[in-house]
Amino acid sequence: MKNDSLKISRFTAAERAIHWLVAISFILLALSGLVFFHPAFYPLNQLFGGGVWTRILHPFLGLVLTGSFGLMFFRFRELNRITPTDKEWLRHAHEMMGGDDRNMPEADKFNAGQKVLFWLLVACMVLLLLSGIVIWRVYFSFLFPLAVIRLAAVLHAAAGAGMIALIMGHTYMAIWTSESMAAMLYGQVRRAWARQHHPAWFRQITGGGK
Amino acid sequence: MALQSLDIKRRSATTTPPPGVRKTVELAKLIDISKCIGCKACQAACMEWNDLRDDVGTTTGVYDNPRDLTENTWTVMRYAEVEPEKGKLEWLIRKDGCMHCADPGCLTACPAPGAVIQYHNGIVDFHEESCIGCGYCVTGCPFNIPRLSREDSKVYKCTLCSDRVAAGLEPACVKTCPTGAILFGTKEDMLHHAAGRITDLKNRGFAKAGIYDPQGVGGTHVLYVLQHADKPELYCGLPNDPAIGPMVGLWKGVVKPLASLAFGMIAAGAFFHYVTKGPNRVSEEIEKEFEP
Repeated sequence: MKNDSLKISRFTAAERAIHWLVAISFILLALSGLVFFHPAFYPLNQLFGGGVWTRILHPFLGLVLTGSFGLMFFRFRELNRITPTDKEWLRHAHEMMGGDDRNMPEADKFNAGQKVLFWLLVACMVLLLLSGIVIWRVYFSFLFPLAVIRLAAVLHAAAGAGMIALIMGHTYMAIWTSESMAAMLYGQVRRAWARQHHPAWFRQITGGGK
Repeated sequence: MALQSLDIKRRSATTTPPPGVRKTVELAKLIDISKCIGCKACQAACMEWNDLRDDVGTTTGVYDNPRDLTENTWTVMRYAEVEPEKGKLEWLIRKDGCMHCADPGCLTACPAPGAVIQYHNGIVDFHEESCIGCGYCVTGCPFNIPRLSREDSKVYKCTLCSDRVAAGLEPACVKTCPTGAILFGTKEDMLHHAAGRITDLKNRGFAKAGIYDPQGVGGTHVLYVLQHADKPELYCGLPNDPAIGPMVGLWKGVVKPLASLAFGMIAAGAFFHYVTKGPNRVSEEIEKEFEP
């Protein structure tokens, strides 16, 4: 690492580990959940040992995600507080997507898009957890009336589909923004990268210097 | 219990046509409640033919026994003491079980290919070997019929004796009924027979007598002759206008396919955004600023 002096730390080892635990459990949940979503995805059950095993494993994977996402929530909650600058940032977000970032207000450690994503994911997770318990036949469904189970089945699928769409967006943003994947893989980013994409955070870390 | 295979009308979680070259006539079971004496012979015959024994339950002070359908009890007699008019007590006894809907909510809701099948003759059958135990059929059914076994996590319900019917026999409950309250034949014949019964009942003072063949589920292949067809809920909560709820029908039929398409659109949109707009790199000016 020859340019170490040009790098700053963005995520600690613990933050990276928990993020990837969330990511892995989410991918497994999305693949197994899609099995029940539409016949087009039913063959994915083979990844989990068949339809019955997919049905058995999916809720337990959900518990892993709930636990790991919960840890990440408390870790990043403060950093995702939405400020007036963020609202301004969101108004210009489409310009940045078009390749013009001249009018972008300065982003914090997380930009407004990331913050909105964070809170939408939190909402999805709450819905998925609550509805998931209701439709977990083996242990819980018999505690609830049929009308509640019906509603929960729909809410669960809706929140699951929403979360898959959000994570697809999140993944693309990580690919589109060069070098950002390195932050979550190795923990460090170049100073120039931080200055470009998260100027307010960069200033706060460095006190305005390089 | 899939013994037939060329006469399949619909198959759960399957988007292409199932083998359906053999078009058989639509069959139906007619349950004439006005002739039922509540002897439970049909329950016993069902247990016997299907070789099922439920646990010995406890008496709760009513005739209903077992109290409800279970994975081992595919039909139960439900006894209602009601007063449709003040001072005129009636004992309405309904044999409850799968209605074999033309538009089955269980089949629509099921995510496992081939776990629920509908034959051209109208029988809706569960193929338990393909069942994954998710319980979606239970949420899909407007009559609250399928029961998920807590032992093997498979769902069970009345098959309308699809195995007997395939061999040209009538269902076990029909064969055993001592009063002729349960009949079996083509749906056309059953409707015709029911019409005669309804005329008879109307002549005997049941002005609202009628057939129960709810159109909200496309009609059923188990029909009731009701003395009070205007108030089916008198018969231990027989639904007045059952239908596949929008939470199952609209959701499975429209929203989920559209959402699946949306996933593809997001992926394609992202890819084309990348190749048209290029990656979001650190600008030249900032790179220069930070050069050592």
